[in-house]
Order: sequence, then C-alpha cells, then structure tokens
Amino acid sequence: MVYTETSTIMQTLSHLKALEAESIHILREVVSEFQRPVMLYSIGKDSSVLLRLAQKAFYPGPIPFPLLHVDTSYKFREMIEFRDACTRQVGARLIVHTNRQALDDGAQPFRLGTQRCCGLLKTQALLDALRAGGFDAAIGGARRDEERSRAKERIYSFRDVHGQWDPKNQRPELWNLFNGRIGPGESIRVFPLSNWTELDVWHYIHRDNIPIVPLYFAKERLMLVRGETLVPVEQPFIPVLPGEKPRLVRCRMRSLGCSPCTGAIRSDADTVPKIIEELIAARRSERENRVIDHDQDGSMEIKKREGYF
Amino acid sequence: MATRAVLEPAFEQYLARDGEKGLLRFLTCGSVDDGKSTLIGRLLFDSRNVFEDQVQAAAKATRNRAAGEVDLSLLTDGLRAEREQGITIDVAYRYFATARRKFIIADTPGHEQYTRNMATGASTADLAILLIDARQGVLPQSRRHAFICSLLGIPRFVVAINKMDAAGYHRAVFERVRDEFAGFLAKLGSPQAYFLPISALAGDNVVARSRRMPWFDGPSLLEHLETVESGGLQASTGFRMPVQCVSRPDHAFRGYAGQVVSGAIHPGDMVTALPSGRRSHVRRIATFDGDLAEAFAPMPVTLELEDPLDISRGDLLFAGSGHPHMAGRFEAHLIWMDPRPLDARRRCLLKHTTQTVAAEVTLRHRVDIHTLHAEAAPALEMNAIGVVEMVTTKALFFDSYRLNRITGSFILIDPETNATLAAGMILQPVAAPAGSGPVTAAERMARWGHRGAVIEIETASLAVALERALFDHGCSVAVAASRSAASALKGAGILAILVTPSAPLRDVAAALRQLQQQGVLVSRDTVSTGGGI
Repeated sequence: MVYTETSTIMQTLSHLKALEAESIHILREVVSEFQRPVMLYSIGKDSSVLLRLAQKAFYPGPIPFPLLHVDTSYKFREMIEFRDACTRQVGARLIVHTNRQALDDGAQPFRLGTQRCCGLLKTQALLDALRAGGFDAAIGGARRDEERSRAKERIYSFRDVHGQWDPKNQRPELWNLFNGRIGPGESIRVFPLSNWTELDVWHYIHRDNIPIVPLYFAKERLMLVRGETLVPVEQPFIPVLPGEKPRLVRCRMRSLGCSPCTGAIRSDADTVPKIIEELIAARRSERENRVIDHDQDGSMEIKKREGYF
Repeated sequence: MATRAVLEPAFEQYLARDGEKGLLRFLTCGSVDDGKSTLIGRLLFDSRNVFEDQVQAAAKATRNRAAGEVDLSLLTDGLRAEREQGITIDVAYRYFATARRKFIIADTPGHEQYTRNMATGASTADLAILLIDARQGVLPQSRRHAFICSLLGIPRFVVAINKMDAAGYHRAVFERVRDEFAGFLAKLGSPQAYFLPISALAGDNVVARSRRMPWFDGPSLLEHLETVESGGLQASTGFRMPVQCVSRPDHAFRGYAGQVVSGAIHPGDMVTALPSGRRSHVRRIATFDGDLAEAFAPMPVTLELEDPLDISRGDLLFAGSGHPHMAGRFEAHLIWMDPRPLDARRRCLLKHTTQTVAAEVTLRHRVDIHTLHAEAAPALEMNAIGVVEMVTTKALFFDSYRLNRITGSFILIDPETNATLAAGMILQPVAAPAGSGPVTAAERMARWGHRGAVIEIETASLAVALERALFDHGCSVAVAASRSAASALKGAGILAILVTPSAPLRDVAAALRQLQQQGVLVSRDTVSTGGGI
C-alpha cells in the first residue's frame, strides 16, 4: 500500500495548541453523546485548565454541564475560597458533595489511615454523588504522566455499575473515535488532559493567564518541619510530636489534596515562570508528596479499580 | 537578587520559545522481548526525563528480579500484572521533551494476543519505531507490526536493530537483518524507513552515538526523532470538518462546532454541507481567543455561516476541490478486536467521524500478514486483518483512509455488549449489487451525484440543451411536461427541467452554475467545472 505525501506546505500547531485541540474535541464529544455529563472539579491547577478548556470548547455558549466538587472537608481554606470565586466568575453550576455520614462517624486520616479515609471521603463520596446526580459521564483532569497505572488508562475509561475499572479489559481506543456506549448504571470517566504533562499544564496556565489557587505560590506559611517533609497545620487533629512547634517556612504546594495528606515543598517560586523554572530543575516527581499513592505497591491502580478517579 | 533580574527576561524568552515547540507522536513496537520497554526507559533516562524517585522505585522493584543494575523497563510497565509477568499488556503512554520537541510515546505490547492494543497506539502515531532483536532476526511479529503500522497509515518508520551488544556489535549482523526486513517493507510499499543498530541496554545509538560501532555513522535515535519531519497525520484532502455540535447560545448566533480534520478555511470561503449539499459562505470563525482569519487542521473552531442551513451533528462541511464520497456501501480493511470472531456477515454499529449508524459487515477475505496475500476465510479471529464490505443504513461522507486518516476511519461497536469490535480503514465506495430491496434516496444520490430538483428555464430549446448537458455528465434528468410531473420527478431524485417563459434562467451555463451553487450537484464524479458546457 502506498501512502501519498501531501505536496502542499503544511502548517503545524505548537504542542500546546495540539493538546488544546485534542482536549476540546473530547469535551465536545462528551456533551454530544452523553445524557448527563458532569465535570469533576478538584480546585487544583489541572481543574483550572480543564475549566478553561470547557469555556473554549463551548464558546460563545455557556459550559453545558455542572461541576462537581467532592469535598472531604479537609481541603485547604484557600481552596474553598478560590472554588467559590472562580465558579461564580465563570458562571458555572457547582455541586458540592460530602460524605456526611463518614465525617459524623469521625473519619479522618490519622484515625483510619489514609487508605480507608480516602476510600470513604473520596471514592465512596464520588460514587454516591455520581449516582445521586444520575451522571453517565464524569470528566476528570487526570493525566497519564502522573502515575504508572494512569499511563495505561484510556481517554474514555469505562466503569461498571459499581464504578470500577478493569485495567485488563479496556476498550481499544482508535484515532479520535471514542466509544461512549454504556448500559444502564454504567458510566464513562473521561480524561481530556490524558496527554498533557505537568510541565504542559504550567506552560498553558502561563500562556493563557489562567487563575490558580494561591497555595501554589511560595510564601511564608506555618508548617511542622519533619526532616524534608513540611506538614501544613490547618486541621486541629494533626498529631504534634512532643516539643514540636509549627514554624514559618517559605514554601508552596506542588499538588493540592487534603491538607493533612499534602506536604509542602520549600520554594521561592511566587510566579508561574518561577514555578516552571523550579520544575525544570526539580528531580522529584509531582505526586511524591501525596502520601496516598505510596501506601501500597501499585496503590493507585487498586484505588482506581475500586472507583477512585 | 541582581542576577535574577538579569536572568528573567531570558527565561521568559525561553518560555515563549518552548511554548511553540512542535509535537511528534510515535509508537514503539516489535516482538516480545525485543526490548521495547528497556528502550523507552533508556530514552527517558539518558535524555534526563525521569525523576529520581521513579528510578528509585524501579531499583527497588528490580531486586525481586534477575535483571542488571536498574531494570529500565520497570520505568514504563505500569500494571501489577505486567510487573509480575515482566511483559507489557496494554499500551502505555509516555511523555518527554527535549529542547527541540515534545514527544508522546505509545509503548505497545509485543504479544500477539495484545495486537489490538498495539493498533490503538498506532492509530494516532506519525512515526513508528520497530524493534528487532539482532540475534533473533525478523520474527513473524515484526512483520505483523510493520504491516499494521503501514495499514494504519503511519508515514515514517525507524527500524532499530537492538541488542547489538549481545551480537558483538558486528556490522554483518546488522546488515543481514536490515536487508531482510527492507525487502519486506518494500512489499508493503512502505514509507521512508531509517535503519540503525542500537543497544537499549547499554545505551548505544539511543541518545548518544555509539563508539562501539564506528562502522555506522548515522544519527542516534533521539537525534533522528528530533529532526524528522513531523505532521504525519495531515491529510491530502481539502477542507473537511465533521460537525460535532450546534452552538445556539441565543437567537442571534448559530455556530457549527467541530475540529478541522484537513485543509484550511477562511472567512468568506464557500463551504458545502453534506448530506444536504447546500452551500454558504463562512461569516466568522469564532473562538474563545477571538475570531480567526484562518483555521487549519487540527484546530477546533465554531463556524458561523452567512445563510441558515439545516445542519446538525454528523453532517460534514467541506470546501475546495475534491469532494468527499457520499455512499452507504464501501470496502475497507478491518482489524478484528473482539474475542468472538467475525462470521461471514454481522450486524453492528459503526461510528464514523461524528455519527453512529447501523451497519452490516460482510467478510470478503483475510489478509495473510506474512505474504500479504488475500486468502479465503470463513471468519476473522481476534487480531486478524481482513477486507470487508460495509453497508450502512445511512450514507456516510468519507474519503479513502489513504487520503485522510480521520474521514477515512471508523470503528465497529457491538450493539449488545457495547464492546469495540474492530478498527476500519476505508478503501473505496463500491457499487450496490442489483436487486437489494427498495432504492433509497441516498443510493440514488450516490449513484447520480445529485439530489432531485426542478429547474425552470425560459425556452424549450434551452431545456433540450440543458437536458443533454446534464445527461452527458451522468445525471438522471428529464424535461417535464407539467409542474406536477416535475415535482414527482424531483421526489424520485431526478433533475426535472420545466419550461417557464418567465424564468430568470436564460442559458445553460447559468443553469449549471446555479445547480452547483445550490449544492444540487454533489458528487465529485459528476461535477465538471471545466467550461465546456
């Protein structure tokens, strides 16, 4: 078979524009092919990018799906303030869901361990919220470069009636033709940022001037300093060791989760270009300071099989 | 800090430059144990794209196995089952960048039973790296993968003959494998291939050029990847945009949202919509970042047209020379991906661009991946490749896959299990066999290249001249005796010419122009823009 090369001079897009194009195509497909899509909004930088892409995909119309925030109640205060301001400004409909029952029963990471705490406040809460809303497609900001099992996941990730992922039996995903057909109770998790890297996300935030939570920028914050680890002291239940006192440290968050499980890093990076400069110099990967990924070998894969994003 | 103030403008410049870097998507394939995962690990490691903690995690896992110092393949194998068995099951995507380019790697499985996952990785790649173990030589799986890559239209190959360290870095070994495989690629009619000897394990010719093979003076793998022409996915058809959705935020605006899949479009350009065949001009190319003076593939846009055309999801907008086919019957290559084989005939759903239609697939023959010959077969098993005839309940608007990887591709879906059954690559439309039920409007349109219309023209002699001109171009045309007869003919998809003394049309050329402008004539085969008539 002979494939002809085009003889005309071809214009090509920069890698950021090419990634943007792919993501917008995906978002439009989701809205066109599902009855009740929803966008998972975690307030982090990836969610900020996803939100901007949704604005672009449907411009000049409004974003045609609600945003869902699964609030464990242990998020940083600044995250919640940013969430409310940002969604109001964009004009998006926001749904906030919390596993009240588990919190009333005293769920927190130091009592239950991070695995069980995440299971109840994130995975269970998410599945409950998706069921309550009758959502058949949930759009999330996960990227394949974050973690080894994510690198294997499709852009359209099929979930059974229990919200579970079967990594060994994924639908082949060819070209830009997504198979979003599902049976009753089944759903698809959609990852429009699959092919973006952490660095791409930052470049895009810089280029498009996208607002992000101030926690990403370095400033003096009260931290418990434990060797290399900086533990934020937002929640009263953080166990303080004898003689230990929070200190003001110039630092920032590299990724945002629940405050008890998110370590800060020492940093002077208080602008987006400085963050990018720091990242290029960095030799440690992004999720490393997220305790939950390391509690067991292949732990993210296990969480995902159970229904975690 | 004074130094920072000096450095910052330079860094800003770096950021601006870096944002404009191009993108190359490639896949790695080859037989199992040819060292794909190790090669990627080496590429990432030597180009300093791996994080320290990832290397530590790989080193920790290495102790459980009998590999070298750090098993670089562990940097990529992501699933527990894969790490346990030491093989790659599913396609994994990896990302890295150098100062020149950003790369997306699809690391695909070598085992035959996971061929469908390999095809997944190949469908979006614009370059394929085929690994061959220098000691094993060309294996059946090497040929299979080369064939699939070629079938999926990947325009560039790199053939990396690996494990040269275990073959004594001998030139003769490299040349023997190269010559054997070059012969096979020639049979595929394959695109440019760059052959090079490497050792992923020892790092020869991966990032840095090898000093242990002075007899080879070509660029290293990474040097080649950084400089090879990219943009392989671009098609050689004119402007095409399948409509994804219609944007109607208020009564003042109606836009058609979609991704430009080939060609370019500008405000003022004339576009034709299929299936209606109606035409209009582009008023605005609307985007969040402002209206554009030009959009080209693969940009996502929202087009506002001058006239209100009845367009919805699944329709196709196109412009320029070269019309897409519009047909409900075509021939295609198929890679079967379901555990249940394709029997001689099967009903299923077909997704093509932005529409999903019911379809029937009939197996013509299987393709032998070693000889590339057609062979009769009662069924197509999982991972087998065949040629099929597809009949859809609605006409599709397509190009052959050879010309356009987006408008020429489709997937088949099982209507009961919703599984993705197959990947299809369109070869060409085929004529319907005689006597297959009632003739549909789509079939008439596909055959004649036009829809039904009444053409009013001033005199009887002009009517005869016009009838002759259209007939000679393959149209179904007749001069009608009355308005009601004309209307009936139109309903049957025929061009009905009606003599009306007050008609504004006074010559044949004007009538033809009008038919084209109104989009009555749509087929590429019957529209002649040559000035003869």
